[in-house]
Amino acid sequence: MRTMKASLLLILVVSLVAALSVGCSKKTENTEETGANQAAPTPIDQSTVATITGKVSYTGTKPTPKVIHMDTEPACAAANSGPVYTQELEVNSNNTLKDVFVAVTDGANNYTFAVPSTAVTIDQKGCRYHPHVLGLMAGQTLQIENSDHTTHNIHPMPKDNPEWNTSMPQGSQPLEKKFGRSELLIPVKCNVHPWMKAYIGVTKNPFFAVTGDDGSFEIKGLPPGTYTLTAFQEKLGQQTMQVTVGAKETKTADFTFKGE
Amino acid sequence: MSEAIHEAHVHHPPKGFIRKYIFSLDHKVIGIQYYFLALFSVLVGITLSLLFRMHLAWPNASWDFMGKLFPTGMPGGLMTPEFYLSMVTMHGTLMVFFVLTTAPQGGFGNYILPIQIGAEDMAFPVLNMLSFWVTFVALVVMMMSLFAVGGAPLSGWTAYPPLSALGSISGPGEGLGQTLWVISLAIFCVGSMLGALNFITTTLNLRAKGMTLMRMPLTVWAWFTTSILGLLAFPVLLAGGILLLLDRVGGTSFFIPAGLVVNEQLVHHNGGSPLLWQHLFWFFGHPEVYIAILPGMGVTSQLLATFARKPVFGYKAMVSAILGIGFLGFFVWGHHMFVSGMSPFSAVAFSLLTLSIGVPSAIKTFNWLGTLWKGKIQFKTPMLFAIGFVSLFVTGGVSGIFLGQTGLDLYLHDTYFVLAHFHLIMGVAAIFGIFGATYYWFPKMFGRMMSETWGKVHFWLTFVGVYCIFFPMHIMGIAGHPRRYSDPSNFKYLAGMSTYHQFITIATFITAAAQFIFLINLFWSLWKGKKAEDNPWHATTLEWTIPSPPPHDNFGGKVPVVYRGAYEYSVPGAKQDFIMQNSPEEV
Amino acid sequence: MGLAIALVLLLLCVASVFLFSGHYGWFPPLVSTFTDYDKQFTLTLIVVAVVFILAQLALGLFVWRYRDRGNNQAKHIEGNNTFEWVWTSLTFVIFIGLGILGQRMWADLHFTEPPADAMVVEVTAQQFQWNFRYSGPDGQFGHTDPKYVDESALNFIGLDPHDPAGKDDIMTMNRMVVPVNQPVKVILHSKDVTHSFFVPWFRIKQDAVPGMTITIHFTATKTGEYEIPCAELCGLGHYKMRGVLDVVTPQEFQDWLKKQATGQ
Repeated sequence: MRTMKASLLLILVVSLVAALSVGCSKKTENTEETGANQAAPTPIDQSTVATITGKVSYTGTKPTPKVIHMDTEPACAAANSGPVYTQELEVNSNNTLKDVFVAVTDGANNYTFAVPSTAVTIDQKGCRYHPHVLGLMAGQTLQIENSDHTTHNIHPMPKDNPEWNTSMPQGSQPLEKKFGRSELLIPVKCNVHPWMKAYIGVTKNPFFAVTGDDGSFEIKGLPPGTYTLTAFQEKLGQQTMQVTVGAKETKTADFTFKGE
Repeated sequence: MSEAIHEAHVHHPPKGFIRKYIFSLDHKVIGIQYYFLALFSVLVGITLSLLFRMHLAWPNASWDFMGKLFPTGMPGGLMTPEFYLSMVTMHGTLMVFFVLTTAPQGGFGNYILPIQIGAEDMAFPVLNMLSFWVTFVALVVMMMSLFAVGGAPLSGWTAYPPLSALGSISGPGEGLGQTLWVISLAIFCVGSMLGALNFITTTLNLRAKGMTLMRMPLTVWAWFTTSILGLLAFPVLLAGGILLLLDRVGGTSFFIPAGLVVNEQLVHHNGGSPLLWQHLFWFFGHPEVYIAILPGMGVTSQLLATFARKPVFGYKAMVSAILGIGFLGFFVWGHHMFVSGMSPFSAVAFSLLTLSIGVPSAIKTFNWLGTLWKGKIQFKTPMLFAIGFVSLFVTGGVSGIFLGQTGLDLYLHDTYFVLAHFHLIMGVAAIFGIFGATYYWFPKMFGRMMSETWGKVHFWLTFVGVYCIFFPMHIMGIAGHPRRYSDPSNFKYLAGMSTYHQFITIATFITAAAQFIFLINLFWSLWKGKKAEDNPWHATTLEWTIPSPPPHDNFGGKVPVVYRGAYEYSVPGAKQDFIMQNSPEEV
Repeated sequence: MGLAIALVLLLLCVASVFLFSGHYGWFPPLVSTFTDYDKQFTLTLIVVAVVFILAQLALGLFVWRYRDRGNNQAKHIEGNNTFEWVWTSLTFVIFIGLGILGQRMWADLHFTEPPADAMVVEVTAQQFQWNFRYSGPDGQFGHTDPKYVDESALNFIGLDPHDPAGKDDIMTMNRMVVPVNQPVKVILHSKDVTHSFFVPWFRIKQDAVPGMTITIHFTATKTGEYEIPCAELCGLGHYKMRGVLDVVTPQEFQDWLKKQATGQ
């Protein structure tokens, strides 16, 4: 009987250890993807770098913005003072487009760039993402904040990076995440508030910008060369343009998107 | 003169440790293995329930130390809703499958049934070993699911598709975690089917001479009927599980209809039906309720008779009631689906069948009361749990009269009223059956007595505790509190619920703490308990005719002969107030 | 010990009577024409309470009365067929009787067609939001297709922008507005997983199942703001899936419709 009892304990312990070890080994796989390549950055002569500036224009009928009625979620409604409009196509007063992501998608592949140590922040505030479109480099930290008095969940739906989906109850500590591979653009949704959407551009290089209230952008620090510049608009798609810049040159690259 | 001795039949135990204790063919060892598997699962299950109960009582509280333990589920000490739902899902799954299905049947059934019918082992010892180890593998996979990348599944123990079929776009934990969950369940079905087959054959073929069907203890009737339910119900869940797995990983569309847009993404499936899963699941799921509770009913009858020193009142009615419940149990699954979109006409039929299953349940209750009537009740710990079982069975049963009515279910479906109902009847009552069985058969299984004092303390804390936990849930359900809400405070009409939640949580912690008394009693008594006699309770069934613990082949080569029914207590004119089943005594 | 059990069971009965009759947490007020529900619930509650209290008290009484007192003797009783027949038939009649009575409301909801002049509201559930649609002046719902779903532009149900019938459709998220005393027919859809449309004040609940079209109907009898919880586990935000149901006067309803039609 004594051996029998001992064996019972043994079975219990073995099963516990087996279950836990399986669990733990799974967990170690869960470690986040570390940054892309950690190779030393290619030296760039800062005295020769060029700049590309431009504007993203819009032609066609101006869409009437739709109001998002958040009143059934008091925490959302209270955080916004006025009406909140949809952001899928924001036309500025000067007929330019806001929140267009512009990035160098080709021409800089021979360089290696240091991943910035600073984090890029996205905030969930008034049941919207701030900013609506943002860029960061592969391996750079994305800090996600929740300023709302409600639970959000942040759910990026990438194609080349692992998908994740995490809730952030009110009062949560900021969440830190990284995307290991470049990907343009990753849609981000809040499943609790289906109207909430953001786009994240993950780039291989630091040459990207997002247009603002005047529809303009500026990309600085380019080594002389020929680049492919791509502009992404969530509804209207993407446009590309070849731009060659010489040393210390500033070139203009304007895009025009056509609406319906 | 009472027992024919066939020396040739004495079986000697295997010598090696592994064959003797790990891959054992001995039904007694396998029974104990099942019991400890259930014990491990119940500890995990209770721990999970403590976690989500904490959250329900204080949804906005932050526990820093918990944040360190669960960095993804409770970042900074705040519990995320997906973590809450994962805990709920795994709690339900572990409790229903790995506790309520294994301990009463695989545990006690395995250990006691062959002895009670006078057999030296199960009919198929190798199959018996296999069914345990298959179940063990299922548990390991289930634990993997708990720790899977992306979280444990959150679609509840019922795993309704499309939520459970769509993969990680439908939520965290719905990726690898849910896949492992389905695989584990399929494996579990195989193990349970093998076990059921074995129990049925053993009961039909290996009864000792004189052990006619109507002399079998009610425990044997219960285990036998449970096995029939298992044999017919588990294949259906297995089929459902395989189809669900194929939907998840094989690109099929059994449960996923066309045209779904999940998270703004089009789903490329076509032609499936979410209701198909619900039918398959509940075709299994309702008999499963009886798989959990029938052995407890059998044990209760046995204990009430033993400790009231009276025969079971209406033995034949009890047997008919067990069979009736088992039979009707297959025709009532639709009552889980009144509001599912199923044809409202079939709902009417399911409703009336459901209410008629209350009749055999009422017969059992009346007969238990009849058994106590004019008895001489000894309040040993197992008896306390049997009395507790009757009380909980009544309380949990009567709420079924509300839920079985199509009309009333319109409001009560999926509210806390349902939680109260099934926790009391298939959860706590079944657990009381397990506790009663543990205190009752522990001396036989391990040759030592458990502490009576601590057993009674355990009973009182648990009995009062479970009522404090589950009784208020009726009221919460009537107030319209839906199940599986990680925080009801989003709804104005549920504002009054937080007091109830806090009360229940405190009661849960006290009741859970009381279970440590049981655990310590169990393990302490294994080594230090008072030596048990062969028949410490002065009971009549065959397991009490042999030494405690029994030898390898149970009867030491002496095949018992049975002369009478299972519950010959206080027979007028007899020498003692009980007559063993193998006693040829004429009265 | 027997006395202790008897007292605890007595306490249980007293506590349950107290809890259930004191209404410490009870149904929200009934505000629909579905009044049979509360009657049937009360009837069932009374029957069940009698069964429950009798059984618990008998249990308590027996364990106390027939405890081992050292000198008493258990009576060898194997059963009594008359008793068995009596309680079997009695419970059968009571349970089945309640079950048959309970079908009345079921028939009201499922076997009775809503009146021809019922207002139609289409409900499309999704993780974790209720989308409501009114057909607008033309009385016709526009065509929908999953490919048109565009949530950040608030086209949650995939309304076809090219279908003229859909131009005047009124779509709201999480807010349903209906006139008081007006029969309303609700067409339930789900676009992702199974949800359940529950209005506690109306005593109705119906799952919204993907791939199925299910209709129910109700008539609200009192103006006010009510809530629509989701009652079928639909994912992490299940507990936050809150719809608001405004029952308003017919005039207010017309004003609301006009306001919606102008867009803002």
